[in-house]
Amino acid sequence: MAIHVKNLNYYYGDFPALKNVTFSVATGNFFIIIGPNGSGKTTLLKVMAGILKSQTDQLEILNRSVDHYSRKALARTIAFVPQMIPVDFPFSVTEIVLMGRSPYLGILGLEQEKDLEIAKQALTFTGVEHLAHRKLDQLSGGEQQRVFVAKAICQEPEIILLDEPTASLDLAHQVRLMDLMEKLKNERGITVVMVSHDVNLAAMYGDQLLLLNKGEIIRLGNPKEVLTFQTLEEVYGCTLLVDESPLGNSPRVTPVPRKYMT
Amino acid sequence: MFLGISMGSTTSGIKVVFQSLLKAKESNPMLDTIIWQIRFPRVLLAALVGAALSLGGLVFQALLRNPLAEPYILGISGGSAIGAIIGILMGFSRFPGVSLMAFGGSIAILLLILVMSSGQTILKKDALLLSGVMVNAFCAAVIMFLVSMTQDSRLHNIIFWLMGDLSMVDMGHAGILAAILCPCFILIFWFSNSMNLLLMGKEMAQTLGVNIKAVTVILLVTTSFMVSATVSYCGLVGFVGLVVPHLLRLVFGPDHRVLVPACVLGGGAYLVFCDVLARVLPKQGEMPAGVITAMIGAPLFIFLLKKTRR
Repeated sequence: MAIHVKNLNYYYGDFPALKNVTFSVATGNFFIIIGPNGSGKTTLLKVMAGILKSQTDQLEILNRSVDHYSRKALARTIAFVPQMIPVDFPFSVTEIVLMGRSPYLGILGLEQEKDLEIAKQALTFTGVEHLAHRKLDQLSGGEQQRVFVAKAICQEPEIILLDEPTASLDLAHQVRLMDLMEKLKNERGITVVMVSHDVNLAAMYGDQLLLLNKGEIIRLGNPKEVLTFQTLEEVYGCTLLVDESPLGNSPRVTPVPRKYMT
Repeated sequence: MFLGISMGSTTSGIKVVFQSLLKAKESNPMLDTIIWQIRFPRVLLAALVGAALSLGGLVFQALLRNPLAEPYILGISGGSAIGAIIGILMGFSRFPGVSLMAFGGSIAILLLILVMSSGQTILKKDALLLSGVMVNAFCAAVIMFLVSMTQDSRLHNIIFWLMGDLSMVDMGHAGILAAILCPCFILIFWFSNSMNLLLMGKEMAQTLGVNIKAVTVILLVTTSFMVSATVSYCGLVGFVGLVVPHLLRLVFGPDHRVLVPACVLGGGAYLVFCDVLARVLPKQGEMPAGVITAMIGAPLFIFLLKKTRR
């Protein structure tokens, strides 16, 4: 198991964001967490990343309790790609990607030749090597997102966690990013855990989907098991049409506008 | 010319001072004494204070992820000044007494600002700056109050000191300050890579293995300590922590492993330069260096504020 979460409860003050959540992510899976706004997806991801901590949970990473990891050891195992990244300071793409090496560096944090080599490979892998010397704030949203994926790869993790990476991207960049994660999974055996709003992308790429609502697990399984018409209408509270994708072998979800409902 | 000073070390700044000195008072038999007894400690003090304040600005900008943050603008310096004035009025000696009072004042203001800005996300720049400006205004009022309550010979001293005065030191004082500040410089350099990661946001820094709480507390306390030490020796020298890191970032980029040493050298050189101006510009006597730094720094701050609002 890459990740095992047992009896997780998480509160913001008195408000329960996650209630008694238990599940596992198999190693080498493309695991996508879906659910309506405020269902606790991002909270769950942040608990898995070690950013949020609750008293009741038992979190196991690679079959070892998370408490047995030092900060740096955890950073060498799990990489996290947040949704919003502030770009107020003019770092170059190379500098950002090299930050992924910091859990491997000595006390003064100086990079060696080897670290530069790994950074270069990560940039090539994500297809942004031509941007290496540009400043981050000069890049488009899709390019920035791939730079941060390259940074995550530079951490040489076993697991990558991403928080709605496709949210602000155009169609081409969405597919490129999802393809990239799939390539990462297939070629390097990295477990990918992603929070996504896009049910259809999740259906096409996910090995396992986890459907959350109001802090509880509604369904866990492959896309066909999770994305059923009944479950989705109940969770999202709107009229939906679920049929087979024209590409075959995965469900397609279409929300139905009111004007078609007569 | 300015770049030449800041790119070099503080010693090149000292040379400038010596040259300007030699022009003003040539063939004076007292020259050696003046240089070594008065001018050298003063230049050393200016360099130390400039280095500490620039570094303070750099650290605050990194921790608050706000390129406009600076101890003076946020009121940390003002808090130290209140503590220091109370210390002076209570008749403490400058080194342990006044410095500790200044440190207490700066920590109090630091906590106040953190509490005020913790409700919102720290990314809201204007909220943070506004609370800082208000804290600063409040500190200024308290300082005025304390000054107006003072009616003896200490008054002139306090006022001149407040404006950022570098003239009242001897070698011993400068030595003590150096002994206080140098460990702080090293400690901050130790954390320079963590500061890089913190600029990417707390979540990113944490998942890269940074102990955020520990790093933040250590850096904030160290910085407040440095700032209060400088305030207790030479009052309010403003905007150094804004001007120097910004100029250096333009030259060297945002990597703190380069910026920390650059700020120590460049900040030192900058304040030495400002102090030279403060001594050379007025026809009679001299003015506090804080006047010069504010005259350069405040317009730059307004310019940067406009630029970041874009």
